Amino acid sequence: MPSLNTEELEPRVIDPGPDKIIAPGYNNTTVTDKIANVVLNPIETTPKQWWISLLLAFIAMQGLLAGATWLFYKGVGVWGIVIPVAWGFAIVNFVWWIGIGHAGTLISAILLLLKQDWRTSINRFSEAMTLFAVAQAGMFPILHLGRPWLPYWLLPYPNSMWLWPNPRSPLIWDVFAVSTYLTVSLIFWFIGLVPDLATMRDRARKEWQKLTFGALAMGWRGSAKHWARYQMAYLLLGGLATPLVVSVHTVVSFDFAISLLPGWHTTIFPPYFVAGAIYSGFAMVVTLAIPARKWFHLEDIITMRHLDCMGKLMIGTGLIVAYGYMMEAFMSWYSGNPHEMFMYYNRATGPYAFFFWMLILCNIAIPQWLWVTRIRQNITMLFIISLVVNVGMWLERFIIVITSLARDFVPSSWGMYYPTQWDWAVYVGTLGFFLVLMILFVRTLPSISIFEVREVLHHLAPNISDGDNPVPAPVHGD
Amino acid sequence: MSETFADRHGTYGVMAQFQTPEQLLAAANRAYAAGYRNMDAYTPLPIDGLAEAVGFRRNWVAPIVLFFGLCGAAGGFGLLWWISVIAYPHNVAGRPFNSWPAYIPITFECTVLLAALSAVIGMLALNKLPQPYHPVFNVDSFCKRASIDRFFLCIEASDPKFDVTRTKAFLEQLNPEEVAEVEK
Repeated sequence: MPSLNTEELEPRVIDPGPDKIIAPGYNNTTVTDKIANVVLNPIETTPKQWWISLLLAFIAMQGLLAGATWLFYKGVGVWGIVIPVAWGFAIVNFVWWIGIGHAGTLISAILLLLKQDWRTSINRFSEAMTLFAVAQAGMFPILHLGRPWLPYWLLPYPNSMWLWPNPRSPLIWDVFAVSTYLTVSLIFWFIGLVPDLATMRDRARKEWQKLTFGALAMGWRGSAKHWARYQMAYLLLGGLATPLVVSVHTVVSFDFAISLLPGWHTTIFPPYFVAGAIYSGFAMVVTLAIPARKWFHLEDIITMRHLDCMGKLMIGTGLIVAYGYMMEAFMSWYSGNPHEMFMYYNRATGPYAFFFWMLILCNIAIPQWLWVTRIRQNITMLFIISLVVNVGMWLERFIIVITSLARDFVPSSWGMYYPTQWDWAVYVGTLGFFLVLMILFVRTLPSISIFEVREVLHHLAPNISDGDNPVPAPVHGD
Repeated sequence: MSETFADRHGTYGVMAQFQTPEQLLAAANRAYAAGYRNMDAYTPLPIDGLAEAVGFRRNWVAPIVLFFGLCGAAGGFGLLWWISVIAYPHNVAGRPFNSWPAYIPITFECTVLLAALSAVIGMLALNKLPQPYHPVFNVDSFCKRASIDRFFLCIEASDPKFDVTRTKAFLEQLNPEEVAEVEK
């Protein structure tokens, strides 16, 4: 016989379905409480799943610690890289992580310029994802350096040898692209946080929280003149970040496309890398948002509408990626170049053929289920498909990097690449590190932009501003 | 002139609290029409037209960003040109030293980097942030609600038309929830 337990006393959170970006009945006061309380509630109320995930991610993160320590001690020989495959997991993971970051900038910048109101509940969250993903990506080229204590040699600075980097090399473009991307993502994210940090400062109950949030909010007081400059700066940052995000994966693809290797030397790479980046990024946002909204009962603010839109964008970008694969196949045939033709034949039937067909299955075949509304709007199915796409996009990077290097022009110089346990340790370690950062973020900072949700409420119903005299709210699920 | 003890203790202005942004916007317009110029409105979300209503005219953020963006472009390209042509001319497969198409990606990144940094730093500087102390926080209800669900209008004592009693009376008739004097 079920008795009255505490769970029944908790307010029920209902997803308002695929039409609404926020559940009805919210006003400025309640929506502030809802989002701020995720952070301000005492530590005992943190959901159990949060602790378990943090623990698992923390354990995984030790792979990075162990892998990097052993790497620094022994050198890059502990990895599976060989000649001819000198770019192994490090570059695969670098490209994959950078790509994941792209969805965050797309959501925060491009959808801002396109005035998509569904962006609001997920932009902060995905910007944080961008930041943490780019941080993982940034480590790989440095770990891969061989002499990882000398990364500053990549920067143009006056030095005693009077040497300068070669600005005609895409690897130097990469240094500028990735560091600019990280910097701009960081300031975009932080500036977006400032008004919410002021809210947290005013809501905080403990002295240390007031001090911390107060210092970070920099004295933000919501002055109309400040808002005018703030909105202009934010809009301009959106306008700057939009071409930036396109440029970053374009430059990453130049690392390959500027070379002469069959399978790399192709003009389709920049657009197809950017589309693939956004594809994998959306998959990662879905993967992270589904558990986060459940743990903290945010289904009424991150609604089915958001998940549905992201599902649709996954189909769209997935089809661009599919078109890219098709064009690669077509061009290798149409070129009439035996090396190009062999490249595609080798991918489909060579030693890595299994991973190639897995990639087609994960990236092209399985995501087609998202066309079906009932599957797209089924949380479990969407979650599974997002994981499949994450794996698929990682395999894509693997196929591009490894197969072209393993078998290029001269058969006598062919070789095979097998990742070692240390390759896996570092990769799994960065996954853990990324998840640790994400898990800590959702608990320590407002993971939904409170002031932008207030703006959405204001546009939906201009009169609801007040916590004391709420307009009669429609019943949930009305 | 340095601030003296007497300056610090006095009235910063008079502040009215409103329930909705529409009421605040109407009040700001009335105050401007009544001849008040030194005032500011405080809201938990950006409200269209409110800055103009309290007399905000020139938004310098965009020109600053344009200027620094152009500096970034010129600086980025100039750096690469200087490296390849002056400092370390290096013949790579017979290409010209000033092979400018190869400089475009970095020039673009430098443009975006400087423009973005100037947008943020410029906005903060124009807003005079970070600012650890501001008199409006002396009002209790402001601290509790200005960043959450209430809308405030503050007419400052520096305004030539300001007079504590009369300004208070003026704000009272705009249908506020509360009117308070703001200490410095």
